Amino acid sequence: MEPSNAIELKDITKTFGEVVANDKISLTVRRGEILSLLGENGSGKTTLMNMLSGIYFPDSGQIFVGGKEVTIRSPRDAYELGIGMIHQHFKLVDVLTAAENIILGLPGKGPLDRKAIATEISRISRKYGFEIDPNRKIYEMAVSEKQTVEIVKVLYRGADILILDEPTAVLTPQETEKLFSVLRNMKADGKAIIIITHKLHEVMEVSDRVAVLRKGAYIGTVDTDQTDPLKLTEMMVGRSVSLNIDRPEPKEPVDRLRVEDLTCVNDEGVTVLDHVSFTARGGEILGVAGIAGSGQKELCEAVAGLQPVTGHIRYFPSEDGTAASAEGIELVGRDPMAIRQLGISLAFVPEDRLGMGLVAGMGMTDNMMLRSYRRGHPFLADRKPPRELAETIIRELEVVTPDVSTPVRRLSGGNVQKVLVGREIASGPSVLMAAYPVRGLDINSSYIIYHLLNKQKQRGVAVLYVGEDLDVLLELCDRILVLCGGKVSGVADGRTATKEQIGLMMTRTDAEGRNGHGA
Amino acid sequence: MEHKQPLFRIAKRGDISKGRALMIRAAAILLALCTGGLIVMALGHNPMAVYADMARGALGTHTGLRETVKLTVPLLGAAVAIAPAFKMKFWNIGAEGQILVGAIAATYFGLYQVHLPQTALLVAMFLAAAVAGGVWGLIPAAFKAKWGTNETLFTLMLNYIALGMEQYLQNGPWKDPKGTGFPIIAMFAKNARLPKVLGVHVGWIIVLVFMVAMFVYLRYSKQGYEIAVVGESERTARYAGMNVPHIIMRTMFLSGAISGITGFLVAAGADYTLNANTAGGTGFTAITVAWLAGLNPIIMLFIAFFLAILEKGSNTIQTSFKIPASAAEVLTGIILFFMLGCEFFIRYRVIIRGKGESGHEH
Amino acid sequence: MSINFMGMLMAAVLAGAPLLFGVLGEILTEKSGNLNLGVEGMMFMGGVAGLAGSFYYEQSAADPSAVVSALLAMGCAFLCAAFGAFIYSVLTITLRANQNVTGLALTIFGTGFGNFFGEAIGNSTASHYMAVGDVTKAVFNSGIPVLRDLPVVGQLLFSYNFMVYLALAVAGVMAWFFSRTRAGLNLHAVGESPATADAAGINVTRYKYLSTCLGGGICGLGGLYVVMNSASGVGGVWVYNCMNGKGWIAVALVIFATWSPARALLGSLVFGALSIMRFYVPLGIPAQIYDIFPYIATVMVLIAVSLRKKRENQPPESLGLAYFREER
Repeated sequence: MEPSNAIELKDITKTFGEVVANDKISLTVRRGEILSLLGENGSGKTTLMNMLSGIYFPDSGQIFVGGKEVTIRSPRDAYELGIGMIHQHFKLVDVLTAAENIILGLPGKGPLDRKAIATEISRISRKYGFEIDPNRKIYEMAVSEKQTVEIVKVLYRGADILILDEPTAVLTPQETEKLFSVLRNMKADGKAIIIITHKLHEVMEVSDRVAVLRKGAYIGTVDTDQTDPLKLTEMMVGRSVSLNIDRPEPKEPVDRLRVEDLTCVNDEGVTVLDHVSFTARGGEILGVAGIAGSGQKELCEAVAGLQPVTGHIRYFPSEDGTAASAEGIELVGRDPMAIRQLGISLAFVPEDRLGMGLVAGMGMTDNMMLRSYRRGHPFLADRKPPRELAETIIRELEVVTPDVSTPVRRLSGGNVQKVLVGREIASGPSVLMAAYPVRGLDINSSYIIYHLLNKQKQRGVAVLYVGEDLDVLLELCDRILVLCGGKVSGVADGRTATKEQIGLMMTRTDAEGRNGHGA
Repeated sequence: MEHKQPLFRIAKRGDISKGRALMIRAAAILLALCTGGLIVMALGHNPMAVYADMARGALGTHTGLRETVKLTVPLLGAAVAIAPAFKMKFWNIGAEGQILVGAIAATYFGLYQVHLPQTALLVAMFLAAAVAGGVWGLIPAAFKAKWGTNETLFTLMLNYIALGMEQYLQNGPWKDPKGTGFPIIAMFAKNARLPKVLGVHVGWIIVLVFMVAMFVYLRYSKQGYEIAVVGESERTARYAGMNVPHIIMRTMFLSGAISGITGFLVAAGADYTLNANTAGGTGFTAITVAWLAGLNPIIMLFIAFFLAILEKGSNTIQTSFKIPASAAEVLTGIILFFMLGCEFFIRYRVIIRGKGESGHEH
Repeated sequence: MSINFMGMLMAAVLAGAPLLFGVLGEILTEKSGNLNLGVEGMMFMGGVAGLAGSFYYEQSAADPSAVVSALLAMGCAFLCAAFGAFIYSVLTITLRANQNVTGLALTIFGTGFGNFFGEAIGNSTASHYMAVGDVTKAVFNSGIPVLRDLPVVGQLLFSYNFMVYLALAVAGVMAWFFSRTRAGLNLHAVGESPATADAAGINVTRYKYLSTCLGGGICGLGGLYVVMNSASGVGGVWVYNCMNGKGWIAVALVIFATWSPARALLGSLVFGALSIMRFYVPLGIPAQIYDIFPYIATVMVLIAVSLRKKRENQPPESLGLAYFREER
């Protein structure tokens, strides 16, 4: 064993119930390198790393740190071995300050010396180029600041092996650049760094070597300068896939929703939607881009009647192609029931599938009736039609489930999404909103979802697609609405816009950005 | 490789067979009875003799059995009342107070409207109890629905406020003028008392009807579906267009109303009067009954009956062995502990180091 | 209308002290994310065990010492109530049972436990009561020697029994612990977000067990106070159902105190005052209506807390939820 190996994993296996999350995975990480752990969602990357950070315990296999076999039973064990992980969902206590979070769980005698702690934090920050206010509470911070706190927390503990789980998912391109330069500083300092990601261009940009996982199995490790995105994709998905997503030409699009001056202030008094105006057309897919938390969620919920807002959302029915009136039907101020009673069928696939779109503890049948249970007998619920619908969806979308009464919580992410999208489409909507519908899905499931959305578009439905992957947005959508900080920074043409343009619009809202990149 | 794995690991079970789950629960009750037996032994008695005497006292004679059924009625009634609230994850621990205000409302009619014919009077008492209990349940529900006020503590406080009201009535306006000494409320007139069927007041039939109705309501009705969805996730309920505040208030009115009716059954069927002990902890014990039954009303019947046997049996051993009647609560507590604990072994498997994945299941 | 303010204040302190133990114990418990509704039960357990400790000591010692008797009583009360909390901990932390239901079960059990042993031990005596002698009673009912005889301040500040001062000390230590120590910070994190604390290398299970059991023990001291102090009637003897809902008020007071030991002092005093008000402030209303004032006040506080949603005043985020590291 070479001493330069920071970590070596041998034949690590982990199962959850009947699902094999990691199947005999072996892997090495060297000091002074950045290793990308690449794989699709659900390929077992996070599970593997959670075993290094003490969150999970492997069923079998060996872990070596610095050439010595070790047992990592808890996060504390991991820290003592110098392993620190920055989780995708930040593990910070909201009501505590940055400094308090950083020293959390550290041994130490006597009362807290807050001054000494603050000094040490600023020393680390200077060394690697962070900016951080130790006395700020976490709930007052922006996402990128929280990530900084996480990284400092790990460094403060003297970690020399850092694991970052999808660190760029919540960052703007500019913030991502900053993060990468910090990572390069740490690498120069001799630290071993593992980045979990599924974004190929980041892999190419920042890493020295790439390890690829597919469906819980280890595929191989390659030097970054010996490979290219196409080869990596092949390793990742197992076969060369056409990256081309279908995009049929819209047929006679008609205005379906006209949103004007939509403004939403959330519970904490923050303006999350700021005079948003746009039009969604039937027969078109309108993409909604923006970094996480730019108002996408509130926008969808406002249209669905779930968010108190000011402004206008005008709906134009088009049964016979003639607009009912020039004014349309006002949706603002109506709850979901009131909207439905107007005969308007809005379908909404929310981001939080199990916490909002579905009832996690119920089976498919009971989930099918969520939107339609009011029909039929005045008192008793009729479970026959929903059961039939469930069976149809299982058949047509190839949902893998033991039966229609198995709680949907137990299904895999892709199957959960098929259940949800299947139900929403079955309602025969005239507007379909889908928030991050392919997040966490494997490539095949993603394509099924794209296909379903395209079919709805061809039926004349106005489709709103909220996405995070710019490549997908640019290949699937006819037009792309870009949000930044609750404001519309522009609407781009999906066929002509470039990734860089959209990326820039995601971070600025001034008039220049709109004129420069709007379509 | 001695430090290869932690000593215990815990993993979620897939499905467990009904028989196996039942066995685990039976073992838990047995262990609880053994633990209780140890206490009995420490007091210098033979546990087997004491348990046998309890069973004899509660089930052995017609009078005993009737008493036990009489004790089962309020427990089952309150547990059935709690079921929809808990299904909605509305932690209503105010059944105690809801029982009491129901009994208070019924007592008003039982004391002051006795000129009514028996059927009309009993119906009036029934309805008054339902409305009073329902309102008592509705108050915390309205605050919860509107401002998210903590319902656990709110319902709890309402218990004591209800008790204060009862004490006030007993010591003041409703004090029996003919009574001497300790202030009490007069016994109900004949036509304000529930008739008996098979030796026990008709309340047992009423709670059985409630039990079946609640089973159907929760499992097959639209409102039952709404309650389940709200309990699982309020966000999903709102997404589905449900009026969550309305559902919370409706369900709590129902829950409180059934508790209130339970209070009426106790006052008009068992005690023929109202006193500070009309609820007497039933509301609290019923919560554990409902929970252990997995909120299934039919199973509540068995658990309520079992706890009633303990209570009646404890009264028996108080006279025959001079063991304090509080033994019922101690035993109930121990059984609850074991039953609550054993659920874990139904939901999870414990894997002990070295025994491998298929290893020891406890 | 003349009101004896000084008398009322002193009576309020005496009536508030057992509540203070209860609320402090429950604050410590809830800080770890455990909502233990078994305070009433633990007070019963502590009360009966403490009384029994002194009782048996007096029976066996030829010349019982007040100090030994008091220490024994406190030790027994603390340990027995902590044992109740330990049962709760095993069920909710290790076995992940529902916290509400387990707390209720503990209250049922503890209430039965107190009354059962109180009566059973009483039955074994000639008088049919478990009662301690004057030596022990005196130590739980007298003020600080010398200081209590000072004019004015002596009465007001030094005339209470030692447990009042102990309760104040516990409040002070807890306030310091929460704000000034690493362990306090760690406990805060455990209650807010056990997953975060776990990832930071904090032993979540140990913190939860320790704070719940210590908290239970402190509640038990409150139970001992109720049994031993004669301010609310007879002292030093087991009275059937003697806690009479004080544990439940303590649970409610935690909300009133918004999880702060300092505000717990104020809350206990206010509630103590409300409970004895009818003896000092004649409002011409029936006694039973006075009795419900504390409960109405708690409801008001509950509503007020829910109306003004200040971040720092909210319950620990994970309160009531079981934590399972590998949940998936």
